[in-house]
Amino acid sequence: MTTTTEAQAVATRKLTYVKAFNEGLAQAMREDENVFVAGEDVAGYGGVFRMFDNLLDEFGPRRMIDTPISEAALVGLGVGAAARGLRPVVDLMFMDFIGVCLDQIVNQAAKMKYMFGGGLSVPLTITTASGAGLGAAAQHSQSLEAWLAHVPGLKVVMPSDAYTAKGLTVSAIRDDNPVVVMLNKVLLGSSGEVPEEIYGIPLGRAHTARQGSDVTVIALGRMVGEALAAAQELAAEGVEIEVIDPRTVQPLDTETMFASVRRTNRVLVVHEAVTFGGLGAEIAAQIQDAVFDYLDAPVLRIGAPFSPVPFSPVLEKAYVPDRARIAQGCRRLLERS
Amino acid sequence: MAPRASTTSKKSPQVSPPLGPVGPKAVKDLHERMVRIRLFETEAGKLMEAGKLPGFLHLYVGQEAVAAGVMAALRDDDQITSTHRGHGHAVAKGVGFREMYAELYGRVTGACLGRGGSMHINDLKRGMLGANGIVGAGVPIAVGAAFAARYKGEDSVAVTFFGDGATNIGAWHEGANMAAILGLPVVFVCENNGYAEFTPQSGHMLLTDVADRAAAYGMPSVVVDGMDAVAVHQAATEAVERARRGEGPMMIEAKTYRFFDHQGVKGLRHPYRSDEEVAEWKTRDPIDLIETRALADGTATRAELDDVWQRTRDEIADAIAYAEASPPPDPADLLLNVYSG
Ligand SMILES: Cc1ncc(C[n+]2csc(CCOP(=O)(O)OP(=O)(O)O)c2C)c(N)n1
Repeated sequence: MTTTTEAQAVATRKLTYVKAFNEGLAQAMREDENVFVAGEDVAGYGGVFRMFDNLLDEFGPRRMIDTPISEAALVGLGVGAAARGLRPVVDLMFMDFIGVCLDQIVNQAAKMKYMFGGGLSVPLTITTASGAGLGAAAQHSQSLEAWLAHVPGLKVVMPSDAYTAKGLTVSAIRDDNPVVVMLNKVLLGSSGEVPEEIYGIPLGRAHTARQGSDVTVIALGRMVGEALAAAQELAAEGVEIEVIDPRTVQPLDTETMFASVRRTNRVLVVHEAVTFGGLGAEIAAQIQDAVFDYLDAPVLRIGAPFSPVPFSPVLEKAYVPDRARIAQGCRRLLERS
Repeated sequence: MAPRASTTSKKSPQVSPPLGPVGPKAVKDLHERMVRIRLFETEAGKLMEAGKLPGFLHLYVGQEAVAAGVMAALRDDDQITSTHRGHGHAVAKGVGFREMYAELYGRVTGACLGRGGSMHINDLKRGMLGANGIVGAGVPIAVGAAFAARYKGEDSVAVTFFGDGATNIGAWHEGANMAAILGLPVVFVCENNGYAEFTPQSGHMLLTDVADRAAAYGMPSVVVDGMDAVAVHQAATEAVERARRGEGPMMIEAKTYRFFDHQGVKGLRHPYRSDEEVAEWKTRDPIDLIETRALADGTATRAELDDVWQRTRDEIADAIAYAEASPPPDPADLLLNVYSG
């Protein structure tokens, strides 16, 4: 197994988020013969989001498997195969469909190593697309990372751009635990600089996407881009915000966040998922525990209202947090004290 | 394994059976329901192509005979659960064009007040318990609706529609067994259009007839020509009356075809079915079939049939204008209906 790390990889060209994912997956499959992909319409069709384009041509039907619409059996297939030493990548298309197979993820994949006394591991990767913004309505738009991050034994990554889509996918596949890779539907076509060689981004390490001295914005997934856009708006007003992308929400790199809070003394957490019971609550609590004395204002959270994702574009736009709300949140934090 | 007696095989009969016991009134009713679906869907497709509709659109064109044939056997108080491809079921069950188009546009006057979109259209007055974005999820819900009918001492039945692909979901199997063991008044209708998204039936199950799955739960079943509304209607009438009499669930498998892509109107990225195959099925267009036969045996005149198309076109033009003139929902009402009470 090659061990190229993030630091060694050099970006030379631009790639879309979905192509970056595809490239990382293909390279991980080349790297390890035990990696295979199973899911609905992933092989012949290349996946409804084009995530698996051309992989059947290269890897053939032994390693690219179209399955029936049977998500519980699909994840279970991955669990069993992983327990026997393979490195399955199973695709759930829309994150919302985990409702159909949550037992296999939560009660089986996540707990097997622990309950078996450590005798085996479950190096399973589950890929799926989350998030609103496509008018896909309440059963095709959710961000359910808090459900999964709550379960000991699972890891959860949320790529925020093309670069992380590739690197986190590679690390998920190389990891010996069940890892859910939450791709964001709206980001699929966005592009960014992506190194050509295979590289993994360490799981559980946050990335400071922008440095700033006035407010720390901790943003998940697609919200990283929105926070960076808000930062530009605020910079014009003389406010410098620091943007932290946790990249992995389980395990969560709180040290990077604490260090930032010690410098800026104000923090806003933003995610697409509903605010109630979301990761913002966990992050806010941990910050209060660890660096309360550094805070000049209570930690502020921005997320979705406590409602299913609406269909109407007007409502959906009001529902999902955006750069304007993030900028507004930062201003509010600065007004305090 | 002994083959089930079926009225047709997947690709055959070029010759349709006579209209049989179904009288002229019923034939006209089936025709009108199908025309209403066809025009609703083709106009929705045009609106989608014109960039006027947000979200997804899974068109039903080609499968009209199934919705029309089944719904013509139902009463308003009979309940149905539908799929992601649910417009045809809604139209045939009598849901109004205005609230349907308004919903596709995401307007506050829509069937879901703009909250649901194409995949969630419902109408409680008409027993339309909703299209569904989760494959197979409607099956146990219909079983529950049938349970409620019997519990309350009513004689209404429930019908659940699903595709061939949906029968691979656990909920389908659990629902089928539950319905059978409780002997509930629910009719399982498989619209077998030969594909689950882009995967042909042969790529997701080893059976030729999906109806064979019913046998595993002790449920009787029948296979019908899903392009023939009369055949579907006859089978549905029997199954519904059987359920209404308290004789338990039954499954109907209708072999049919969708003329458009899985989702949307164009843009097959990888051709997963041949032009010849699509063309062959189009020669058995369910509306052409019923019109040809109705004209041949004097059930209707061309003028009468044309009148149905024209009236429906006018009604659709009105509904689209209504939808376009309707306001979007107010973001201040974002939390509306999250909870009851
Ligand atoms: C639980 C679940 N898995 C996957 C999907 C994605 N999906 C939507 S429609 C579809 C194919 C359904 O095939 P079938 O039941 O045969 O119905 P058809 O589209 O042919 O009408 C799939 C896989 C979904 N909506 N829900």
